[in-house]
Amino acid sequence: MTYRVGRGQVLRALDGVSLAVRPGEVLGLVGESGCGKSTLGRCLLRLVQPSSGRVVFDGTDITTLPERRLRPLRQDMQMVFQDSYAALNPRRRVGDLIAEPLRVHPAPGGGRRSRADIAARLAELMDLVGLPQAALERYPHEFSGGQRQRINIARALALSPRLVVADEPVAALDVSIQAQIVNLFMDLRDRLGLTYVFVAHDLAVVRQISTRVAVMYLGAIVELGEADAVLHHPAHPYTAALIAAVPEPVVRKEGLPPPLRGDVPSPIAPPPGCRFHTRCPVVRDRCRVDPPVLHALADGREVVCHYPLAGE
Amino acid sequence: MLLAVRDLTVALPIGGRLVPIVESVSFTLGAREILGIVGESGSGKSVTSLAVMGLIDVPGARVSGSVRFRGRELVGLAPRAYRALRGREIAMIFQDPMTAFTPVYTVGRQIDEQIRAHQKISRTDARARTVRLLGDMGVPDPERVAGRHPHQLSGGLRQRAMIAMALSCNPALLIADEPTTALDVTVQAQILDLLRGLRREYGSSVLLITHDMGVVAETCDRTLVLYSGLVAERGPTGALFAQPGHPYTAALLDSIPPLHGPRPARLPSIPGSPPAPAERPAGCPFAPRCVYVQDSCAVRPPLVACGEQDVACVLPAEGRPLPPRFVSEMRA
Repeated sequence: MTYRVGRGQVLRALDGVSLAVRPGEVLGLVGESGCGKSTLGRCLLRLVQPSSGRVVFDGTDITTLPERRLRPLRQDMQMVFQDSYAALNPRRRVGDLIAEPLRVHPAPGGGRRSRADIAARLAELMDLVGLPQAALERYPHEFSGGQRQRINIARALALSPRLVVADEPVAALDVSIQAQIVNLFMDLRDRLGLTYVFVAHDLAVVRQISTRVAVMYLGAIVELGEADAVLHHPAHPYTAALIAAVPEPVVRKEGLPPPLRGDVPSPIAPPPGCRFHTRCPVVRDRCRVDPPVLHALADGREVVCHYPLAGE
Repeated sequence: MLLAVRDLTVALPIGGRLVPIVESVSFTLGAREILGIVGESGSGKSVTSLAVMGLIDVPGARVSGSVRFRGRELVGLAPRAYRALRGREIAMIFQDPMTAFTPVYTVGRQIDEQIRAHQKISRTDARARTVRLLGDMGVPDPERVAGRHPHQLSGGLRQRAMIAMALSCNPALLIADEPTTALDVTVQAQILDLLRGLRREYGSSVLLITHDMGVVAETCDRTLVLYSGLVAERGPTGALFAQPGHPYTAALLDSIPPLHGPRPARLPSIPGSPPAPAERPAGCPFAPRCVYVQDSCAVRPPLVACGEQDVACVLPAEGRPLPPRFVSEMRA
């Protein structure tokens, strides 16, 4: 995925990313700002058009599918955004907002859904996300951030999608509310057999909800594997540094590890060799010139590093 | 004592009446100490810090109680006297450095100006000090960075430059309001490291306002937990995290997903959401969400000693403190 940024420069927001989302799993995408995790989430739903490469959804190549043929597939893939307020039209009632996808898309047997069907589905959705029925008659500004996110989830689920891409859905919430919404995501997956791509910068939240985790840095995946393997025994030095940098709500006696130095380089001019070599604490000469490729380790996870820390 | 805040109450006019946003907040801050004020959105943590800085300028607002800084009473201080204090003796850094710097001048020029506003020194000397300060804050190539405009710097560098500007007059007290919230974790770790080092290098005390319990645990000597504008609990950070005395502190800590150890099947969450200031209950503000709620919670509980902390809850007052918190194994 590339963007033109003026003066003939090109920003490669995603650079040669390959991954598969398995049915029923929660794939966590983590990384710092600018790593491409949101762009990847949007590419999967073709909310942005990748410059090259393919996105295949359930056997259908959707990369260049015309909009008319893509629309029926869109019922199966939905998105939940970070800003629960911006995602909801403030001038419309919650009931109308959630009913919109039901009015736009045809019923499963073809034809339009009846009013009664839509009302019944709305009632069902309110129960599903833990909101009172009366919420349907109210406006988005009458709700707290956590409740608004429940409304967004209800709307995303209206058409019974199979894949939900959630882009930082709990980042704007206070921790006590965040826990409620994370639990809701987990309950809904169990009840409805959903598949999630969960984009977040918070490693602890991602670990809580994910089956597998992909760690991204400067537009590329650097490590991909089972959530516990990746987060407990990171193979990529960047994953290890990211985990070490998370402030934990526990007072430690042994002191803190030294923080990673420097900033993330500009994606307009990524470093040669390994993208992480400018900040890597265990960098060697080869890393400065020879770009590592994604390869599988003995324990099944994939890593982009010449000298992985674990897994072999 | 560098800073002693007693019964600080800030009331703002809402819907035709004065509503207390922050009520009877008391704490002290010693020399070279880092105190964390932690709370969720709407808890009153930023209003508390703005009141200490004398920056509550809402028409009709009422600030009462006492804020003594180096023995001098700040509540009711004339705006002119406050201005002389701000920047020189008390400095503040914010979440978003872009709003603290003007975009039209270089970072160096703005720091020079801040130094020269409070001290009579030449431009050359001011710039030398600016460059030294930037270097001390871990800015690589500080001379070049001083010549750049804010938008040309990364988020981490801008935050370092803002801390440099705040420290330029060697303030005794630095108030940092969510200084790392907009930063990525690896950069946040660098800035927290820097804040911890300030008392050593500059002898500064820091009042750190944050919503992040992890940031508090790793940075602060003592912690003040605010809930709905009131102090829920305060005490040494180690004791407060190991054995929280207030059910709110305990529930808040439990609701954070752990990064290590076994994954809980469900996260313990706090039902409902905090009350708006105008709808705050007469008794304990946390009572409607508290699993330990009982009849005596209808009366607002005073702060009582509980272990090493002070806790605003009837449980320790009745001799039935909370059990110690279960903390799973840390790093392997």
